[in-house]
Amino acid sequence: MAATFARWKSRVDMPVATAFGCIIVLLLIGSIYSTNFLSPAYLLQQLKVGAFLGIIATGMMMVILMGQIDLSVPWAVTMGAMMASAATAYGPAGQVLAVPFGIFVGVLMGLVNGVGVAYLRIPSMIVTLAVNAVAQGLMVAYTGGFSPQDTASPAMKYLAAGNLIFGLPNAVLVWIVVGVLAVILLNRTTFGRAVYGIGNRESAAYLSGIPTQRVIMLGFALCGGLAAFAGVLLAGYAGKAAQSMGDAYLLPAIAAVVLGGTSILGGRGSYIGTIAGVILITLLQSILSVMQMAEFGRQIIYGMVIIAMLLLYGREKRTT
Amino acid sequence: MTRFWLNEQRGTLLALAIFAVMFTLYVSNHPAGFTPNVVQTAANKGVLLALVAIAQTFVVLTAGIDLSVGMVMILANCIASYLVVGGLITTTGGVLAVLATGVVCGAINGAIVIFGRLQPIVATIATGAVYYGIALWMRPFPGSTDAFNGDLADALTGKVFGVVPASLVFLLGVIVVIWIPFRRSILGRAVYATGSSEVAAFMSGVPILQAKMLAYVFSGLLAAVGGLFLTFFTYSGEASLSNGNTYTLYSIAAVVLGGVSLFGGRGSAVGAIFGALAFRAIGDLLFVFDFDPLWQPLFQGIVLLVSVSLGSARLFSVRNRLDFFS
Repeated sequence: MAATFARWKSRVDMPVATAFGCIIVLLLIGSIYSTNFLSPAYLLQQLKVGAFLGIIATGMMMVILMGQIDLSVPWAVTMGAMMASAATAYGPAGQVLAVPFGIFVGVLMGLVNGVGVAYLRIPSMIVTLAVNAVAQGLMVAYTGGFSPQDTASPAMKYLAAGNLIFGLPNAVLVWIVVGVLAVILLNRTTFGRAVYGIGNRESAAYLSGIPTQRVIMLGFALCGGLAAFAGVLLAGYAGKAAQSMGDAYLLPAIAAVVLGGTSILGGRGSYIGTIAGVILITLLQSILSVMQMAEFGRQIIYGMVIIAMLLLYGREKRTT
Repeated sequence: MTRFWLNEQRGTLLALAIFAVMFTLYVSNHPAGFTPNVVQTAANKGVLLALVAIAQTFVVLTAGIDLSVGMVMILANCIASYLVVGGLITTTGGVLAVLATGVVCGAINGAIVIFGRLQPIVATIATGAVYYGIALWMRPFPGSTDAFNGDLADALTGKVFGVVPASLVFLLGVIVVIWIPFRRSILGRAVYATGSSEVAAFMSGVPILQAKMLAYVFSGLLAAVGGLFLTFFTYSGEASLSNGNTYTLYSIAAVVLGGVSLFGGRGSAVGAIFGALAFRAIGDLLFVFDFDPLWQPLFQGIVLLVSVSLGSARLFSVRNRLDFFS
């Protein structure tokens, strides 16, 4: 019996299993407050809301796996949304190019982060914070400090709010596509192997012949691009971009990745865990709003739950 | 000997130089010129950031980071706006209560990082949310109390002998009472040792746990002092999320500008103070040069990017190619 349990334990990823366990607990708590908490329509709605966070968390995970962090997500999201909406205003050609242009701007921003981290060797926390401030400055100068009047293009609205397959929101579909690509990238390509290698020990990865600087730079570009893509979708969902629309996504994205069992020091983590983390955060936020908790209570419970869950399974090994 | 001393103080001296240049530019372009009032206003804003930067320094020295300093400051601000009232006895009690709150917040951070073995960056983001929630509970709307002790506030934000800003004297007091004894104590040394190499420090029998705890507690304490000072300026309490985040961000920038290494074990609170003053002086330059307000965030962002990048890029200090990657 004990031997079977040990074998089972070694095969199942404990953090991921715990995260899914917490999801079930949250669903049970939610169903006490409202009976339609377990209905398919409600759960699908949660997945739709979580899809935006999921796409951002995908990029954040790449960066965290390399032992870095990207704090420029808020304005990468906002910049993607604003630039895509701005492109829409330039006639039919702009409408077609709106989505790629939004992503392109995010990739550029990520490249600046990546060059700073990989080539100039500035700690990622510093350079991404500063790039975030510059992006904010650019957008304030561009919009004049107000939310821009440009609206989202039809393609953006369709991607974010439409239904291609009956009943399945397109946003969820987009997240699935992004997720599948991320899993392939992480597990089946040299790039993915390099990401894990760099997270474990960059000097060892370098000595094994991995172009670590290029990989780090591309990882940040990917993160910026995905964040901007989520911003494009969010603008499509709401109809237009808004100032500081990305602020609400930085901490949840980091929390989702870390709650999903990815080590903040890099090198360890699986995408299935990140999915669990995203659903966990989305459900938690949803329950707090169903309970009609005041903002201060949400903040307190949110912080405490994250700490409690991390204490449950996110602890570092004892080193000293 | 001088060579080693210079090498150790390089960050502090660089920050001092930047501050001197920026402040000279600021004062020489200010319409009122170098008057006690201009210096007082600049000093008050600078000291506020300097206090939070010292708070950040303690934790960064242990190779950690405290992303909750801004929130502890906001929480202290909200508590102070209720408790620092009336006469001498009630005011003293109120100030002590605010400082105790800071110590408790810091101790909670420390306990979670040390005994919970969570990474400081994630742990303090989460505790920061909790502290902000409590602040928001106390002050859902910005507000003040009628009995607020304005005399104390005016005394600490005014001028001594009509010339020297009182806030600068207070900052000097913080250095003399807290920083210098800390730097010379065994635990202070232990903080530096832990930051340079935790494993080596452990092997040498350095009290790592106590050192880390002390750093987090001092961080909370100084952040609370910062919140107290914020209350002295505004006479009111405000649970502002953006203020909290801004001060956390600026504290990191000030610390990096002041030559404190984010990898731990290098730098000093004095450097962080000059970093904070320099950062503020750079920001204030915009006002005297009459920029379009719309371009201010961009200008500030670029200055932030350039200054912290130069301050922390390891590209210029690697000894060999492999050093680059570790």
